[in-house]
Amino acid sequence: MSARVVTVTSGKGGVGKTTVVANLGVALAMRGQRVVTIDADIGLRNLDVMLGLENRIVYDLVDVVEGRCRLRQALVRDKRLQELYLLPAAQTRDKSALRAEDMVRICDELRESFDFLLVDSPAGIEQGFRNAVAPADEVLIVTNPEVAAVRDADRVIGLIEAEGKGPARLIINRLKPELVRRGDMMDTAAVLELLAIDLIGIVPEDETVIVAANTGRPIAFTDHSPAGRAFHDIARRMLGEEVPFAPLKEPGFLERLFRWMRPEGEEQR
Amino acid sequence: MEPDSIAIKGTRQGLLITLGEEPWEALVDALARRLEKGAAFFRGGRAALDVGSRSLDETRIRQVQDLLARYEVDLWAVRSTADATILATVRLGLTPLLGPEDAARRAQSRGETHPEAPTHPAGGLVVERTVRSGQRIEHPGDVIVIGDVHAGAEIIAGRHIIVWGKLHGVVHAGALGDESAVVCALDLAPTQLRIADHIARSPEERRRRPVPEMARVHKGRIEAIPWPHR
Ligand SMILES: Nc1ncnc2c1ncn2[C@@H]1O[C@H](COP(=O)(O)OP(=O)(O)O)[C@@H](O)[C@H]1O
Ligand SMILES: [Mg+2]
Repeated sequence: MSARVVTVTSGKGGVGKTTVVANLGVALAMRGQRVVTIDADIGLRNLDVMLGLENRIVYDLVDVVEGRCRLRQALVRDKRLQELYLLPAAQTRDKSALRAEDMVRICDELRESFDFLLVDSPAGIEQGFRNAVAPADEVLIVTNPEVAAVRDADRVIGLIEAEGKGPARLIINRLKPELVRRGDMMDTAAVLELLAIDLIGIVPEDETVIVAANTGRPIAFTDHSPAGRAFHDIARRMLGEEVPFAPLKEPGFLERLFRWMRPEGEEQR
Repeated sequence: MEPDSIAIKGTRQGLLITLGEEPWEALVDALARRLEKGAAFFRGGRAALDVGSRSLDETRIRQVQDLLARYEVDLWAVRSTADATILATVRLGLTPLLGPEDAARRAQSRGETHPEAPTHPAGGLVVERTVRSGQRIEHPGDVIVIGDVHAGAEIIAGRHIIVWGKLHGVVHAGALGDESAVVCALDLAPTQLRIADHIARSPEERRRRPVPEMARVHKGRIEAIPWPHR
């Protein structure tokens, strides 16, 4: 068995990459998957905080790269889920401490022992983004239903396609159904129309996400909340399950969705 | 816009720079300005100079050659009907071309081009993918995109731009000053559309059902006409 390396990226900052990585890590581990979440956002680490593992960190990614510890020593095991791990980013180092080859080597070393390596990418399209994408087998793009976020997502999708890392799949995060209904927010169909990639999940705006992030207990631990359910749906889709998208009240939406959700292996335009 | 004393076209043999009737120094100045504006676009190319019946000595041809070289454009040929110019061209080791009609007529008799083809296009560049935000495609001839051109993407062509899909980005056809260039798209809704030195923006509101359209310069401004014409 060899792990799937899944990089979560967005271009724009603050759209929910870290939230997605933490929650997918939890949701996948709850389904019996052996998961390492990797924080590639050097200098701005916060995946550890969202996972509630900050106080367990001894070594970090840069310590591994610079040979101060073995890779296994840097892995932080989650206290609640046996098969969930975190490879933390360095807090204080500058970003140049990490190169794309380092990420590829580290992921290759972890592949044999795990099912998923989830890489949390920094914002932007600079070296940090390239480091995060270099080891990826699959890419998940996170966007918000806003013009600027969608534009950045498009740019990142283009870079990923150019690197032959595609096809990327899309997570639309922080959708507010009532705003969409009032016509004050882009709907899912409009985002998909602009980006022309496959959709893997829609996560609604949900204030429990913020509460959960602050207490270090990702919302996916309890799937009662709308966002928690959405993360579990994404995890199931990653595992190959056919999970219908929650019906939205947009006319023609399901037809469009059907068009975008092409079966695996079919050629991407 | 002032009438241009210089025309630059993309052809199969590279750029073709045609000089008008103005005094020499004015022409050289105008050429320098055009090169400055399109520096990135011209770089690395080669050019032929069409001077018509003007008599040029070696110094003047070399002046143009040096100017082009500053933008990394290689002057390889000069077209002229004046004996003095042809002679100077040969002395400089460049290729003298025959009158403007000859090349086209010869190609035509070999059945290579459509009888009405005004010039030799530099060849088409076919892009078979979605052109996304931040991506930029430049080509001295025609650009054909089979796919969508997203907002934030840029396409710059010496000749026509044809998009078999949605066009939402920025396009510049006839970027070397060719006003006969057109932009065609199945959904023509560019952020900004330029043909030669003309600029047009898409109206703010989006049409419900897009129809294929062609944008062209007509009576000094850009207009979009539905395709097919009625
Ligand atoms: N679906 C959501 N509903 C409400 N708040 C969210 C949601 N997703 C993310 N957030 C909040 O948005 C902020 C930015 O999220 P984060 O995951 O840190 O973004 P990124 O990693 O892309 O910079 C955080 O405060 C997070 O709690
Ligand atoms: Mg983050």
